[in-house]
Amino acid sequence: MAGSLSVDLVASGPRPDPRASPGDARPAQRTRLIRWALLRLGGVLFVLWAVATVTFFALRLIPGDPAEAILGGPGSQASVEALAQARAEYGLDQPLFTQYVVYLGHLATGDLGTSYALRDSVASVILVNLGPTLLLALVSLITALVIALGLAVWSTGGGRIAAAVGSLLEIVAAAVPHFWLAISLILLFSTTLGWLPPVSVPGPLGLVLPVLTLAIPLAGFLGQVMREALLDAMESPFVLSARARGEGDGGVFWRHALRHAAIPAIGLVGWAFGSLISGAVVVETIFARQGLGRSLLSAVQGRDVPLVIGVVLVVALAYMLVTTLTDLADRLVDPRLNRATR
Amino acid sequence: METAALVVIAFLALAALAPSVLAPGDPLAISPLDSFQPPSLSHVFGTDESGRDIYTRVIHGTGPSLLIGIAATAIGLGLALVFGLLAGFGPRWLDFGTTRFLEVLFAFPGLLFALLFIVIYGPGVVTSTIAVGLSTAPGYARIIRSRVIQVRTSPYLEAALVLGRGRPSRIARHVLPNVAGSLFVLATLGIGQSIVWASSLSYLGLGAVPPAAEWGAMLSAGRTYIASFWWMTFFPGLFIVLSAAATTLLGRGIQQRGRES
Repeated sequence: MAGSLSVDLVASGPRPDPRASPGDARPAQRTRLIRWALLRLGGVLFVLWAVATVTFFALRLIPGDPAEAILGGPGSQASVEALAQARAEYGLDQPLFTQYVVYLGHLATGDLGTSYALRDSVASVILVNLGPTLLLALVSLITALVIALGLAVWSTGGGRIAAAVGSLLEIVAAAVPHFWLAISLILLFSTTLGWLPPVSVPGPLGLVLPVLTLAIPLAGFLGQVMREALLDAMESPFVLSARARGEGDGGVFWRHALRHAAIPAIGLVGWAFGSLISGAVVVETIFARQGLGRSLLSAVQGRDVPLVIGVVLVVALAYMLVTTLTDLADRLVDPRLNRATR
Repeated sequence: METAALVVIAFLALAALAPSVLAPGDPLAISPLDSFQPPSLSHVFGTDESGRDIYTRVIHGTGPSLLIGIAATAIGLGLALVFGLLAGFGPRWLDFGTTRFLEVLFAFPGLLFALLFIVIYGPGVVTSTIAVGLSTAPGYARIIRSRVIQVRTSPYLEAALVLGRGRPSRIARHVLPNVAGSLFVLATLGIGQSIVWASSLSYLGLGAVPPAAEWGAMLSAGRTYIASFWWMTFFPGLFIVLSAAATTLLGRGIQQRGRES
């Protein structure tokens, strides 16, 4: 998906659907923002419920007996009594609809169930793992934005050759798979140079390679979009009029063009967060780093259904929070959007 | 730069269609005495733990690896086209329903949906291909929907309506040809990414499995020996990067041309 998200998404990206807010006489801007926020909140709740429902019923399609999975898979040779006991313990002997209602009730109170494999509450497993992953994602996002901006500025300001090199670098960076980049970085910085640890150790030193692995491909995507926005902005009438007023290159760039490069980048932050979470699955596994991605992968491999549901729900919630926040930030940076919503 | 991309794609196409021309050996032939040879004249990319020639395996892996990427993109675009047409051309309630449905799918960012699909249907080449296709579909569908709406409100479609053309004829004669351009660009841009994702799943042990000569599976097999025998992982990865970068470059080139004309 990521490849298709380069430019087109910015145009059709997370803009509010005009139909979502019925047109009427122009109310005050504040009321409009509040109504937008309420609609958004309703949307988020609806999507969460739908995600929970889809996940619940989809995982019931898994062939095989869930009670067997609880007791360690088909190879465990569990006795009939043990299976019956596991079924009773996890409520699997109830009708499907009852299970669904009980599950929704538990979700509403924040109870995500018990992991089959870890014998621990899913909520506590997620709480332990959420922090490291969020830290990794946040630092990677900031690093990626810095690299992307640097590349975009350098390649727009440096003439034809810089533009060609910059855009090639961005495309190659965006094409590099996380696992290969991770392996290459380990090879260079750990095996050959011996500067950095090949596995994630506590402290900032252990964060360097995982962050670089996540940030470089992301910077490639963001850089492509930001460079195009910068180029558009530099050729626009307001830059011309700023120059006519006698502003220098630096002033034009920092005060006018940069703001326009920020708009598509902000719009992409929600998508970037999603790609960082998928990347975290790979990166946390390679660097043996604790986190949500690695928990998710081991839960997928072990078919630990409650843990998979829990992680998916938490990621979906976080993703929607991020996209809502970026929409809000979009409206603050780009006042045209508020006026455009009829 | 587009010329370079075309050359790379031509080379990959040759490797995919006629691997024996570029690498006459057998990708599965083992030769334990030659194991872990570094790159040399007789083994350009070196050999793996069973003495299999990495160059031969990478070339013979091109077909399966590209096929997975193309199939995943086709699945994603096919579904997206259905959703996009339903939303963009259907009655208003259908547009509303489809858009909400896509929003729900969007809440499974990136590989999350693919992982969920693999939990249900188990790991393997076919499931991981379908999984990647499914997770790319919502992104495409959103773009296609906005394109369809753009076409639907155009004067020539209004003219077709006035002329009394039925809905199937309007879709087939006007909407599809106009959406085809965007589809083509999306497909070229998407194939590279699908290859990267599918190989990531193989690397995690959820897609193609060794000893199959598929790039992701080769990387997964080489990961154990990464510290001492870098060539086992470097070269398959290089081909993934090459194919993804080349298709992206080509897609962007086409996009640029479309915008200028």
